[in-house]
Amino acid sequence: MAVLVDKNTRLIVQGITGREGTFHAKGCAEYGTKVVGGVTPGKGGTTHEGWPVFNTVEEAVKETGANATMIFVPPPFAADGVLEAAASGVPLIVCITEGIPTLDMVKAWEIVKRAGPDGKRSRLIGPNCPGVISPGKAKIGIMPGRIHKEGSVGIVSRSGTLTYEAVYQLTTRGIGQSTAIGIGGDPIIGNNHIDALRLLNDDPETEAIVMIGEIGGSAEEKAAQFIQEHVKKPVVGFIAGQTAPPGRRMGHAGAIISGGEGTAASKMAAMAAAGIHVVKSPAEIGAMMAKVLGKAQR
Amino acid sequence: MKIHEYQAKDVLRRYGVPVPDGEMATTLEEADTAAKALFGKGNVAVVVKAQIHAGGRGKGGGVKVTKSIEAANDAAKAILGMQLVTHQTGPAGQKVQRLLIEAGSAIERELYLGLVLDRATSKVVFMASQSGGMEIEQVAHETPELIYKETIEPAVGLQPYQARQLAFKLGLDAKQINSAVAFMMGLYKAYVESDATLMEINPFITTKDGGLMALDCKINFDDNAMFRHKDLKELRDLAEEDPLEVEASKSNLNYIKLDGSIACMVNGAGLAMATMDIIEYAGGKAANFLDVGGGANQEQIESAFAILLSDPNVKAIFINIFGGILRVDVLATAVVAAAKKLNVKLPIILRLEGTNVEEGRKILKESGLKFEVGATMKEAADLAVAAAKGGK
Repeated sequence: MAVLVDKNTRLIVQGITGREGTFHAKGCAEYGTKVVGGVTPGKGGTTHEGWPVFNTVEEAVKETGANATMIFVPPPFAADGVLEAAASGVPLIVCITEGIPTLDMVKAWEIVKRAGPDGKRSRLIGPNCPGVISPGKAKIGIMPGRIHKEGSVGIVSRSGTLTYEAVYQLTTRGIGQSTAIGIGGDPIIGNNHIDALRLLNDDPETEAIVMIGEIGGSAEEKAAQFIQEHVKKPVVGFIAGQTAPPGRRMGHAGAIISGGEGTAASKMAAMAAAGIHVVKSPAEIGAMMAKVLGKAQR
Repeated sequence: MKIHEYQAKDVLRRYGVPVPDGEMATTLEEADTAAKALFGKGNVAVVVKAQIHAGGRGKGGGVKVTKSIEAANDAAKAILGMQLVTHQTGPAGQKVQRLLIEAGSAIERELYLGLVLDRATSKVVFMASQSGGMEIEQVAHETPELIYKETIEPAVGLQPYQARQLAFKLGLDAKQINSAVAFMMGLYKAYVESDATLMEINPFITTKDGGLMALDCKINFDDNAMFRHKDLKELRDLAEEDPLEVEASKSNLNYIKLDGSIACMVNGAGLAMATMDIIEYAGGKAANFLDVGGGANQEQIESAFAILLSDPNVKAIFINIFGGILRVDVLATAVVAAAKKLNVKLPIILRLEGTNVEEGRKILKESGLKFEVGATMKEAADLAVAAAKGGK
């Protein structure tokens, strides 16, 4: 099963003719994702690396039957790219771009989160995220496919490389993953922890969940409450930034402790109280999951 | 991006938000001229305010109200060049290199106004409180019911009724409501048009003659939006930032100086934070946060090394790389080259994982340089802590 992305995914890439867009379109195709085309305004009608290029998302969807898009548009224009994808009715929008102005996303998200006239709405993953991968099936994103292994642990995380770290710790212990969802490190993102948890909780193939958060905001606290009330599967949790000083933005635009809100301590306490297996050290994510699943540690 | 109070007040002036008359001064002569001009205009008091990028300046002795030109000059002499310590500067404090010489106001009430992004709703929220002059965090913590909020719909912006509601809740006089609404609408416009991430008027005052004024003002801008604000970008004052952080930003490195002894070089913000955490967990303390990003090249690795090495507290260097897009062999080559070029004497502990990791380890082994390699993140952290404690 897995969620969000699988063999039925038909992916277009917004910004496919750019360096990053090209590189990762190929990466996704090599992993097994059906990449059906791309969009670069002004280059419609040409082909790029064998893929048809369109001027607009609307046209690309109409011609290719795409049901997902991966956005590599540069930051000043990326929110516009998200809006264009939503207006064209693309069910799944994965925005990789880092550095989008916050107020651009405030406006864009306000539109994207609403259902269109047909009652349907797009699901936005990101921005500033590594994307989504269902190991052994397909991926939409920039993560290294080969560290993954098909299996039954779902992952939701605000961070890219830390997700790879968790995946690697699982894979080296022989524990596979159903779907890993990188929700993004910006203050305004589409799907949050709860949206991702809901998907993984409803997925029959997912038996357990790794939830990785970081300092800033209060999304992890809310997710903990959601887990306590709705999630029956075991959850292993980690929060990055336990030693981060307040008032400083730690790389990610959203990773900042401000006004006493967003500390790792508060998130870890809320998660532990919700019955999540919280590990203090990032090196213990895999071992804790192995323990939770009752498997012998390596 | 942070700016000074005097710069923030200039921004407000452009949006018709009333602020006290004043001038910025970098020398005692300029301060004298500004004070004379203000007293000459009939002001009975002139305030001398230290301009640094930190709050709590008044308590630290960085703000003085004076009643004569002599007193103003004495205050300027005392404050300019002082090492101002506040709860936000750390124990070393921040050197005062600029003053704001400003007309004193006849304060009747001290209130609070603020605009900030509410991450829970993904919208900007306007906050108002009667408890002005205090730390708003403290008010929020102790008496959250005394902070009034209006969530702003992004499509239409702040509406006059919302500003009116806040103005009445602040207990303003009926005659002041219209000017309060204009004040708040001006603030919101300034916030949106300058891509701010935070705007605080604390205190927002009513004066004895019924006027309204922004007595202090703090604005932070969205770094990601500065590409479309060339004018605002120029307000950046590098003297207020850590010199190593300024240097790092020139090489597009995400570096934050901390006070430990183990320097960190990591790819990815989440892993970089987690690396700091695991060092603490192993009994050490990180000297910095450093995210070299997903596509670091040799040049960047070199500048990263140079920055890490110029921190005198550093006793060991911990490189933690999970090569996804960034290939481990490419990184290893860059690390070896940079370490040779810069003649690095400090112990370097690496933890490498991911694409081409075997080739990467081979490159390190054959380099003739002394690297310690940890098999796991934990083992590497333990090695780094031991190396730093070894005192070499």
